[in-house]
Amino acid sequence: MKKYSYFISALMVSALLLTSCGNQNGNGGSNSALASNNAEKVYVAPGEQDEFYAFMSGGYSGNITVYGLPSGRLFKEIPVFSQFPTSGYGYSEETKPMLNTSFGFVPWDDAHHPDISQTNGELDGRWIFINGNNTPRIARVSLSTFETEEIIELPNSAGNHSSSFITENTEYVVAGTRFSVPVPQRDMPINEYKGNFKGALSFISIAPDTGRLNLDFQMMMPGFNYDLSHPGRGKSHGWFFFTTYNTEEANSLMEVNSSQNDKDFIAAVNWKMIAEYVKNGGGTKMATEYAHNVYDEHTHSATSTMKKEVITVDPTKVPGAVFFLPTPKSPHGCDVDPSGQYIIGNGKLSADLTIHSFDKMIAAIEGKKFDGEAYGIPILKFEDVLAGTVKSGGLGPLHTEFDDKGNAYTTFFISSEVVKWKLGTWEVLDRQPTFYSVGHLMIPGGNSRKPFGKYVVAMNKITKDRYLPTGPEMEHSAQLYDISGDKMELIYDFPTHGEPHYAAGIPAELLAPKSKKIYRLDDNKHPFAVTSPDQAKVVREGKEVHVYMSTIRSHFTPDNIEGIKVGDKVYFHITNHEQDFDVPHGFAMIGQNTSELLIMPGQTKTSLWEPKKVGVWPFYCTDFCSALHQEMQGYVRVSPADSDVPLTYTLGE
Amino acid sequence: MNTKTFVTGLVISFLLLSCGGKEEKKETFNVDRKKSTETIAETPEPNNEVPASQRITLEDKGVGQIKEITLDPVINMEMAAAGEAIFKTNCTACHKLDKRFIGPSPKGILERRSPEWIMNMILDPKLMTEQDRCAKDLLIEFNGAAMANQNLTVEETRSILEYFRTL
Repeated sequence: MKKYSYFISALMVSALLLTSCGNQNGNGGSNSALASNNAEKVYVAPGEQDEFYAFMSGGYSGNITVYGLPSGRLFKEIPVFSQFPTSGYGYSEETKPMLNTSFGFVPWDDAHHPDISQTNGELDGRWIFINGNNTPRIARVSLSTFETEEIIELPNSAGNHSSSFITENTEYVVAGTRFSVPVPQRDMPINEYKGNFKGALSFISIAPDTGRLNLDFQMMMPGFNYDLSHPGRGKSHGWFFFTTYNTEEANSLMEVNSSQNDKDFIAAVNWKMIAEYVKNGGGTKMATEYAHNVYDEHTHSATSTMKKEVITVDPTKVPGAVFFLPTPKSPHGCDVDPSGQYIIGNGKLSADLTIHSFDKMIAAIEGKKFDGEAYGIPILKFEDVLAGTVKSGGLGPLHTEFDDKGNAYTTFFISSEVVKWKLGTWEVLDRQPTFYSVGHLMIPGGNSRKPFGKYVVAMNKITKDRYLPTGPEMEHSAQLYDISGDKMELIYDFPTHGEPHYAAGIPAELLAPKSKKIYRLDDNKHPFAVTSPDQAKVVREGKEVHVYMSTIRSHFTPDNIEGIKVGDKVYFHITNHEQDFDVPHGFAMIGQNTSELLIMPGQTKTSLWEPKKVGVWPFYCTDFCSALHQEMQGYVRVSPADSDVPLTYTLGE
Repeated sequence: MNTKTFVTGLVISFLLLSCGGKEEKKETFNVDRKKSTETIAETPEPNNEVPASQRITLEDKGVGQIKEITLDPVINMEMAAAGEAIFKTNCTACHKLDKRFIGPSPKGILERRSPEWIMNMILDPKLMTEQDRCAKDLLIEFNGAAMANQNLTVEETRSILEYFRTL
């Protein structure tokens, strides 16, 4: 019976495969010789490893997913802004403070643009940064532990979208607000937006040794929408560029009302000048409230501090620091080429790309050739700063990345394609379709001074028929193109989790050797850690009970606990005594109103349990850890609130 | 194996029976059986008469990076103290001095195993249980509870060995 159904399924699958091959219109690389060649390019044999890491934002999952290229294999999901029951992130007592904000505990966010730390404009692989768009936050993730180490909230911001991009020596991570809001927030009519709302651009400094974040200053810009941004590099290092839309300052039916002006702006900000101004006492201290959450790898615990003040800078008070570059048609992506000479504005309602020249911009500023001003900020003349236009023939350009051979690659959302063009001549060299409606694209190092131009990944918004249907909701599709030759070749297609807006790629050899394998038990500074099993104990403090527990394959110490009462708050502080790579232990307690814990070797994590029912209740290890994993369990005896059962804890007695 | 399945089946049937409502029965449930060691003894293999934990294999240096070490006749007490501390943190979850626990007690181990074997076992238990006969048999004798690799250095392992000499 079973065999027959297998046979039938096999037949059906073959039939489907054959049929679908016939339907690809030559776009899917189904031509047999070409296809087998492409298969070799993406085939990473069992036991072999990928050439690149790709860190994709999870969009509304709030997290980062880690993939291998060229295989498209998913390695890990790193929890950042969202509670993650798989590991207990945001559920464990140690990590709950990571999700604290001035609005209280916010267990989710919308993660958009990851960016890897750089030295001299080249990827250095120390950290990856990502923005939370909804409740404005910036996170720093360690690229040795692959854990979120720090989250800083941004006051005065809303829709933290033109973020989180870093300057070429990782001096600052920069975060611009997409939605302008009243600053400070106050009760006022919405339709008095124009002229009253502000757009905050936040500059968060990064300590070179620890990566520690500090909100250095916020520039209070006119109330436009600051959409995307990128730093200058090389000759333009010291500047930052932000695309804007809604320079109309409309507050309703934005779909129409924000698209009235023929040109919006790219804001060019000389952040070095402003940082100097602030360092010398410039700017205004403003009372506000924002959370700063830091996770310590040695105590395995996070702390949350509420900050009360921020320095704001009025751009008109720092002459020569901020200019507007007129850019057509509501520009979205704002990308700077590896030399730092060209600033590309992708006018999303246009067919063409606008390329500004950094040299021309400086000349225009020096020649004071202004074309009026907006709220006191000088506007440069479009013709004076324009380097060229790419006449692409596509529709809806969004984002541009670069290779190491002087080429640029731009996505076109409306016409669903990637277009390759030449920097300097603006000539279109190639175009390939995407499936479908591509947003960002990513070349490893493609927004740095040193791109690794072997692959480009196109991240699409719409999947439709690319994979087996899974109900109305489909994971987004990504397409991998080989860009080592003159023409781009579509070589692979794989689903991605959540909505990867942007991604950051890096050669595996820069990260893999320093990826942490275990936390050393003798480095464990957690206040409730037990570093040898004879320290295991259970301590009652009124209604709070602290269980100091250790685990190793395959038992908990202690595994029998009595004397717990209904109404207690029981904290299980569990230290994993393994010191071997990839041997976590899990912990789960029946009826617990929280998630499991997954505890890495040498780590301590804490789970809260509030027993509600009298009885004998089991707990167990959730991660299949050894041949005796099924035996890895224990019992807690829960007595009535007024009982006098003595507190005891044992193992093997 | 079949015997075990059969026994398990029996246990399950009993459990099912006990579900029939005699909740107050206080007698401890008991099946007269001896598992693993005896089951294995029914399919005898050569050299298997003596349980691995009691075998003397002083000639066997084990498999791994430690090929040959010479012990000074005098125990280095400072090294032994360091070894004791490392043992306490990394090993006592499974090895107790006064009894057989998850694994055997290290007491008297130098009368049964060579210093090289002991160090190789600590440094790479997976390799040892795959390739060393005695280590493999020990794993079976101790319920299949695989010894954890605690990622100790050769120096740390050597100091544990010195500590074992004091026991």
